[in-house]
Amino acid sequence: MTQLITRFPSHDKEAPALSMENIHLDYNGNTVLQDVNVSIQTGELIAVVGPNGAGKTTLLKIVAGVLKPDRGKVDIFGYTPGGHVCIAYVPQRSQVDWNFPVTVAEVVMMGRIRKIGPFRWPGKNDWVFIRQALRKVGMTEYSDRQIGELSGGQQQRVFLAQALAQEAEIILLDEPFTGLDISSQDAILAMLHELKETGVAILVSTHDLSLANEHFDKVILINRRLISFGTPTEVFIRPHLIEAYGGHVHDLPEAGGTLVLAETCCGEDPEGKRG
Amino acid sequence: MAEWIQWLAEPFSYEFMLRGLWASLIVGVVCPILGTYVVLRGMAFLGDALAHIILPGVVLAFMLEWPLPVGALLVGTTAALAIGAIGRRADIKEDAAIGVVFAGAFALGVAMISVQRSYAVDLAHILFGNLLGVSNADIRLMLALGVVVLLAIFAFYKEFLVLSFDPVLAATLRLPVTFLQNLLLVLLAIVIVISLQAVGVALVLAMLVTPASAAFLLARRLPVMMVLSAGIGVLSSVAGLYLSYYADIVSGSAIVLVATVIFGIVFLFAPRSGALWGFWRRIHNRK
Repeated sequence: MTQLITRFPSHDKEAPALSMENIHLDYNGNTVLQDVNVSIQTGELIAVVGPNGAGKTTLLKIVAGVLKPDRGKVDIFGYTPGGHVCIAYVPQRSQVDWNFPVTVAEVVMMGRIRKIGPFRWPGKNDWVFIRQALRKVGMTEYSDRQIGELSGGQQQRVFLAQALAQEAEIILLDEPFTGLDISSQDAILAMLHELKETGVAILVSTHDLSLANEHFDKVILINRRLISFGTPTEVFIRPHLIEAYGGHVHDLPEAGGTLVLAETCCGEDPEGKRG
Repeated sequence: MAEWIQWLAEPFSYEFMLRGLWASLIVGVVCPILGTYVVLRGMAFLGDALAHIILPGVVLAFMLEWPLPVGALLVGTTAALAIGAIGRRADIKEDAAIGVVFAGAFALGVAMISVQRSYAVDLAHILFGNLLGVSNADIRLMLALGVVVLLAIFAFYKEFLVLSFDPVLAATLRLPVTFLQNLLLVLLAIVIVISLQAVGVALVLAMLVTPASAAFLLARRLPVMMVLSAGIGVLSSVAGLYLSYYADIVSGSAIVLVATVIFGIVFLFAPRSGALWGFWRRIHNRK
């Protein structure tokens, strides 16, 4: 019952939005992640990249406070993730039960539950907020649809609206671009850029390296441990990519200079099945 | 016309049939509403196990001459919380752990009954219900417990919704996940106790899962699914009692049979998801 009354930690405005020090996590005797050190400021748009099974989902879930690292320190605005309700985690689409009987508006409402409080129903103010969130992602006209009736891009936008309704200050998106066509990808990217201008820190896991290179402020490259963290030009250099992707890196000399191409394809991240 | 009314009214001119009707209506509403969460969260096996685990509790209460629901509630709640704890912690897969507890407790219950003299009669009642033996005191208790369950479902509606739809969101919103999971298990134990006399240990699962599954095929929103589920439960209860009276079938199984037929009809003819429409579309597309 004590869990019902959670004291929310306040935010230290001086502290970075997210800082991780020496994060180490074992799962069933195997090391899933180690030596992760990153520090992220408000308003930064960060890509988390690495091959399948590199621990991208795991990293996001540690930030969300859903998984506890065995060693190391995670701070969100200066405090452990435990009591924060300012972190939104948008799951991979393959992890969502799209047959579940809920409408778009209800899914967005779920983000506000903590703001609404126990034993209460969403009030007028909450619905104003929910409608605003839907408008920002351009989904107003779909608010009464069952979520399974939407396209992939629309589904992604609904969850983004949920994060907005939550008034999240850190938004984590797990493989949001997987399976989306280019125009849907661009629409989501545009929204993320708009969001970051409002001071939200955003972490996006993706296996699309060129996307990470072109559209993100910084990149976290991992393969079970942190390989590199910095701006795309700092991170995407040959030694790093070979370290992360090993034999899957190929040289394509004809592209004017040497193009390093790392193949990280396909389908869903197997580690996402867990959790 | 008069014959028709006579046909409808006759069964309930008996006191015990009328009491049976009230009891089955309570079960027909409460069980399917909680059943929506059982279906959405994939807790069917757990529900069935819990129903069987309650057996030793019922026998114990019988031996100690307590009211049966008290013993059942005690054992059911304990087992529900124990299963919850095992599921969160142990290295054993959850369904195997449930299976171990479930079979062991049921065997214990049967062993306890076999020591009793009135073995045959009572075991049948516990397994398959004894709707027509329900007393007014039983109905009052069922009603009280049923109201408690419905109030809890209402009070924690949005929390249960999130927990069922997206457990990770429940965690990032820092909802009391363990408390909510346990609460759901305890509600499940209470509902099983309520249903015990109506359909018995062996068929409780049907009242939890069958109406809610039919409703799942028809509804696009959870509140609608709950209302439809309860509607199908009530319809099954009433029609089942008539079937029981006129075809001379045990009432519990008659109710479950009606519910199963309703599910079958919905499964075939549901507007969006119905199997027949799917079949028709496939044939149509081939041409």
